[in-house]
Amino acid sequence: METKHSISIKNLRLSFGALDVLKDLNLDVGRGEFLVLLGSSGCGKSTLLNCIAGLLDVSDGQIFIGERNVTWEEPSKRGIGMVFQSYALYPQMTVAGNLSFGLKNAGLPKPEIEERVNRAAKILQIEPLLSRKPAALSGGQRQRAAIGRALVRDADVFLFDEPLSNLDAKLRADLRVEIKQLHQQLSNTMIYVTHDQIEAMTLADRIAIMRGGQILQLASPNEIYNRPANKYVAEFIGSPTMNFFDGEIVGGDGLRFAVGNHAFPLEGYDFRDGLAVQGPAWFGIRPEHMVTGTKAESARIRLSGQVELVEPLGSDTLARVAVDGRSLWVRMDGQANIRDGDDIVVGFDPARANLFDKSHENRL
Amino acid sequence: MAAATGPVRWHRNLSAKIAAIPMITTALVVFIGGTAWTVLYSFTSSKLLPREKFVGLAQYERLWSSSKWLISIENLAIYGVFSLVFSLLIGFMLAALLDQKIRFEDTFRTILLYPFALSFIVTGLAWQWILNPDFGIQHVVRSLGWESFSFDPLYDPDIVIYGILIAGLWQGTGLIMCLMLAGLRGIDEDIWKAAKIDGIPMWKTYIFIVIPMMRGIFITAIVLIASGIIKVYDLVVAQTGGGPGIASEVPAKYVYDAMFLSQNLGQGFAASTMMLLTVIIIVVPWAYLEFGGKRRG
Amino acid sequence: MGNVTKTAAEIQLAPARQEMTGPRGPKPGRTLSRRNIMIYGTLIVVSLYYLLPLYVMVVTSLKGMPEIRLGNIFSPPVEITFQPWVKAWAEACTGLNCDGLSRGFFNSVRILIPSVVLSIAIASVNGYALANWRFKGSETFFTILIVGAFIPYQVMIYPIVIMLREVGLYGSLTGLVIVHTIFGMPILTLLFRNYFASVPQELFKAARVDGAGFWGIYFQIMVPMSLPIFVVAMILQVTGIWNDFLFGVIYTKPDLYPMTVQLNNIVNSTQGVKEYNVNMAATILTGLVPLTIYFISGKLFVRGIAAGAVKG
Repeated sequence: METKHSISIKNLRLSFGALDVLKDLNLDVGRGEFLVLLGSSGCGKSTLLNCIAGLLDVSDGQIFIGERNVTWEEPSKRGIGMVFQSYALYPQMTVAGNLSFGLKNAGLPKPEIEERVNRAAKILQIEPLLSRKPAALSGGQRQRAAIGRALVRDADVFLFDEPLSNLDAKLRADLRVEIKQLHQQLSNTMIYVTHDQIEAMTLADRIAIMRGGQILQLASPNEIYNRPANKYVAEFIGSPTMNFFDGEIVGGDGLRFAVGNHAFPLEGYDFRDGLAVQGPAWFGIRPEHMVTGTKAESARIRLSGQVELVEPLGSDTLARVAVDGRSLWVRMDGQANIRDGDDIVVGFDPARANLFDKSHENRL
Repeated sequence: MAAATGPVRWHRNLSAKIAAIPMITTALVVFIGGTAWTVLYSFTSSKLLPREKFVGLAQYERLWSSSKWLISIENLAIYGVFSLVFSLLIGFMLAALLDQKIRFEDTFRTILLYPFALSFIVTGLAWQWILNPDFGIQHVVRSLGWESFSFDPLYDPDIVIYGILIAGLWQGTGLIMCLMLAGLRGIDEDIWKAAKIDGIPMWKTYIFIVIPMMRGIFITAIVLIASGIIKVYDLVVAQTGGGPGIASEVPAKYVYDAMFLSQNLGQGFAASTMMLLTVIIIVVPWAYLEFGGKRRG
Repeated sequence: MGNVTKTAAEIQLAPARQEMTGPRGPKPGRTLSRRNIMIYGTLIVVSLYYLLPLYVMVVTSLKGMPEIRLGNIFSPPVEITFQPWVKAWAEACTGLNCDGLSRGFFNSVRILIPSVVLSIAIASVNGYALANWRFKGSETFFTILIVGAFIPYQVMIYPIVIMLREVGLYGSLTGLVIVHTIFGMPILTLLFRNYFASVPQELFKAARVDGAGFWGIYFQIMVPMSLPIFVVAMILQVTGIWNDFLFGVIYTKPDLYPMTVQLNNIVNSTQGVKEYNVNMAATILTGLVPLTIYFISGKLFVRGIAAGAVKG
């Protein structure tokens, strides 16, 4: 279709019997964009990726890669490379064999296969491993080889299906950086499925948050973090999760959020479309947007409570604070000197808050 | 297997469909077609060759008034009940013994399972020889001084089926033991530890905790033994040839004899249909219990 | 943990190893406890019982007929003779043929090899298609196939006779090979389907992205990965087909009878004097092939029958 899109998905539907796994899904991915599909398990993110790859037959709708309608095209003819969670290296072939298998199937001449394999191996620094079998590789080396298999195809689009989930934390962080560098270097379109919000935030140009076969929000990591489109997204992103107050937006002397015997002023809150509303609502504030100590004194909203639980993380300290029978998570400085049972004042700014209407849980 | 609202593409998966032709043919032509044909022709008066002269239930009436068939059924029932009970009992007890972290476990298991590698013909002939009254056990015991000792199952019509049972159990219990052993090994070691901390005696742990946990293995074993019982044929042919007289006849042999020896196809078809009916009566309730709930979904 | 009835001290004393449930002596060592004597005693007695028929067959086959008539079947041979073995292999008579069991042996080999190859080839491709390339109705056919495994053979015997007669294969080795392939299909297909289904699905997807098709993935990815299951299937089929009697007697004719059928005819023939030593030698000879497979393959055999037995 339009050349500026690398991938374009129109009204995609997939159902297994009565179960709709993907519901009328539309998505455009720009050329060279790094798009992350994020969601908890069962949200349809991997299913969507498999549909793009042609590994699942869609029930309805169309998929375009570049300008071609590939809805019914074979996976190998779609111009994609794919990297899997379990690496999916062919155990009986060497790394070189794994890399060249697809090229041989495509009938490429031998010298070209060799050249491509060597180039990919060089980029990924796996040249010394080429003659080894997958069983003789470490987890990180296996995943590099698996990326290499996608690389040799010279594909316009790379699909990653939770590629780092099987690795330990340290390796995962290292390979995450490598994948990001690879994207900068190759600048092809990449679609990356994960349930790890850190991977999503660090890698993505845009994140699509999925739930129940639909995309809830498609935006930059920044936007998703700061202006989540609904309560689900707000809860999904951020750890510990956002604190919520269940109350009502009332008018009168300036707009206020009434909860219990408090009334939080809402001046400075950026209503959607600048349209202030009243009625039952959720008031959400992230733990890291709460302040304590002297900063709390000057905050627009102040609550006093008692520390219930302290989790020192080194860089930060997390504290659970009981306020009027409600528990709030607060992120504090790593050097904060607090203990269970301390009385504490927490403060926050309405400009940092997120309001969601009670009925649809959409952002206000 | 998405609902086909997309273009209908019969040639998608074409290779898989072509590759499955032998399976489809077997399933439809041999298994369904063959079974239906036999059931249908059991209502005819076929003798040497099948013919389409339908005589209603006449073949079945004849079958159930034939003493050979009635003895076959009785033998199958006796053999079936005892072989089921003893296979499970012996199989489980041997497996429990082998599961005591003993030395030479592999050797014992190899010895207990080797008869399963032998055919029923070999099994039957070996036990025919051991139970031979003139040379075998009876002869040996008598020559030791106990002159009146009598153990002659193969020539005594009243107990001949037990002689076959002995051979059948010898051949088949090793398999059940192996299954049970696999089941016992699949039970979490922590269960034993927990039972020990709770002070539950070993035999109680087996009966009230371990065996209920092995429900699946027991069902598999029962299905396996049961399908073996229905098929029992070679063993009888080799060990007794159905004798003495017709004392050790079994249904499978009745079918073979009717079809290929006495040129009485109709009887063979009726008898085999009765065998099928027996299997259905046993398998359908089991299948319903096992899968019935899920299939409704 | 509510039912902890023992004191901590008692738990401490309780030996760590599982075998110590019996009498709790002060020093549970490796000595011959009463419990161990019972376990090993029982196992040894049972093992002797299981070995008895094999022993009796071997000693009988090594005795001369006069010794058999006088002695008892459990006593070892006084004078070892291999004549019964020679006779069983090369001279024993069935009907008009007096060339011994060797004829049956070679018939069985000629039946065995193509049957094993064909049945495994077809069932493995079936299992692969069912595990990785499901199409509309594939599960239905598979269900019929598995249900078919429960149908007594007797119900299908005669229709197959007719079909084979129609294509002129009744009474031939080819016909018997087809019959073995058909009746081996349910269990083998189940075996391969379950195995291929346990191969990570992503491997299959990766191969599709790499442009391999149905046969490409089968030959280049699946088969090289699945050699153990092919060995298991082979063990299953070799013993099963070698030990078959019913199909052999129905679908071949006397010249082509497999070894089991010929053995039964030799031993249970009503003519002539019974030569028990020859009979036993013949019986052992017939059991030798599956026994050899059994003792060589060891654990794989156990795995094979367990895999064959456990339902999908």
